[in-house]
Amino acid sequence: MTAAAATRTPGRRSRAWTLPAGLRRCAVPLALLVLWQASVGFGWISTRSIPSPSQILTAFWDLTVSGELAVHLLVSLGRVSAGLAIGVSAGTVCALIAGLSRRGEDALDALLQMLRTLPHLALVPLFILWFGIGETPKIALVALGTAFPIYLNLFAGIRTVDAKVVEAVSTLGLTRWELIAQVILPGALPAFLTGLRYALGVAWLSLVVGEQINASSGIGYLAMTAREFLRTDVIIVALIVYAILGLLADLIVRLIERKALVWRPAFIKE
Amino acid sequence: MSHALSRIPASSKPVVSVRGLVRNFGNGNVLDGLSLDLQPGSFTALLGRSGCGKSTLLRTLAKLDPAPKGTVQLPEERAVVFQEPRLVPWMRVLRNVTLGLRHPDAEARGLAALAEVGLSHRAKAWPLTLSGGEAQRAALARALVREPRLLLLDEPFAALDALTRMRMQGLVETLWRAHAPAVLLVTHDVDEALLLADRALVMENGRIAADIPIPLARPRRHGDPGFIALRSRLLAELGVDEEHLAAREPQRTEARTAGPPPGGYGLPAGAAAAPSR
Repeated sequence: MTAAAATRTPGRRSRAWTLPAGLRRCAVPLALLVLWQASVGFGWISTRSIPSPSQILTAFWDLTVSGELAVHLLVSLGRVSAGLAIGVSAGTVCALIAGLSRRGEDALDALLQMLRTLPHLALVPLFILWFGIGETPKIALVALGTAFPIYLNLFAGIRTVDAKVVEAVSTLGLTRWELIAQVILPGALPAFLTGLRYALGVAWLSLVVGEQINASSGIGYLAMTAREFLRTDVIIVALIVYAILGLLADLIVRLIERKALVWRPAFIKE
Repeated sequence: MSHALSRIPASSKPVVSVRGLVRNFGNGNVLDGLSLDLQPGSFTALLGRSGCGKSTLLRTLAKLDPAPKGTVQLPEERAVVFQEPRLVPWMRVLRNVTLGLRHPDAEARGLAALAEVGLSHRAKAWPLTLSGGEAQRAALARALVREPRLLLLDEPFAALDALTRMRMQGLVETLWRAHAPAVLLVTHDVDEALLLADRALVMENGRIAADIPIPLARPRRHGDPGFIALRSRLLAELGVDEEHLAAREPQRTEARTAGPPPGGYGLPAGAAAAPSR
């Protein structure tokens, strides 16, 4: 946002001509929306391929009023939350073990580095065989996908905490646990949050894949059934919901960063 | 905290006692049977060429390096100030100062220490917003608040600009007079040693090669005859003619107000075969 403000040319140009920065950024997307609506309205584009923005809005409204959207949304949110909780916990525990002790690193790191090269979505067939078609394979997919970004980032974060600062603090008479809790873990927090943002992206992706296979509820299921009835409007509503959820998740992590990393010069306002 | 001077015991039992300290890194001894006593409340400067073992000695006294051979007796109350401030960036300045302090009134002590180094107004600041001099003053406060009987300073002013360095040297002297810890200052700077210390040790090949008392009255000035004489002697002990030093470290000499050294800059540049790092 500061970048936008900085690039605004001062004075010179007449005020009447210049739009506010926020409006200027929206101008092109808005124009495209209008063009889209017009194209469908004049029959240039078939509704089969893509419905007009107003039709999508209507579908959105109908799904909301009927409560259908809320039901599927809650189911999807539940899966993502459960998967994330498991994945983030597992990734964190592994990173702490491997990051804080040499022996832990020997035991875990090579194994996890090998596993992480595996594209986790390729495990879907195996997961269906192992866990059936209920909730378990979907949650497991999210958990597996999110554990690795957390592990990799937190492990690297723990290992790259400024050794000189740690050495200086070690002369201050802290116990090993105090050193870990007050210096090493807060030092690794920025890396953890980067991992968390990445994990959230992976979580949605895993959910999309998981819900399109043998699901009977969830946003992905909504989209898949809409396909069978050629309801492109509902499919696009599902896509928009995914996008909004992804944005919201990112926003939440950014807020956490702003709270937790106030000490960074980028966040300091003086 | 003016009661600090009274902590000095009447008997001059050394606060630090090192005997026969040996430390080797692969191809040779960095510390080679070194022995050293530091008296309570004394200010000692430790000089020597790069690689002579002075930093290893300081780190051993800070218990950051092991002492595999020999005996090292240290007081429990130690504090170290490094060349870099080494503050924890995600703790505010006051929290950095009180870190690891277990007194119930740690915060009040931290504020008092910050006031002593002239940093009260930055108590709530984040370390990354401090200037180099401010950060180093915070590091001094962090050391001071522990009421050390041994204060180890590892080239604490080397990274500061000339003016800030002069101010910091004055501050360290003031704090030392008020609290009277035994100070061991590792420095490359002969003038700094002569300004602050009562005793200069020159290290060579892992041993104390020279132990020179500095009986100058305070406050000291670069131009005083006694200062100049001791400067020549210390430089000679370090194996550097003053002309060579001037040629090697022009920015240091320039930063001082002393002007050219007594001998002038007479020698040809090729004669300045100073040992490289």
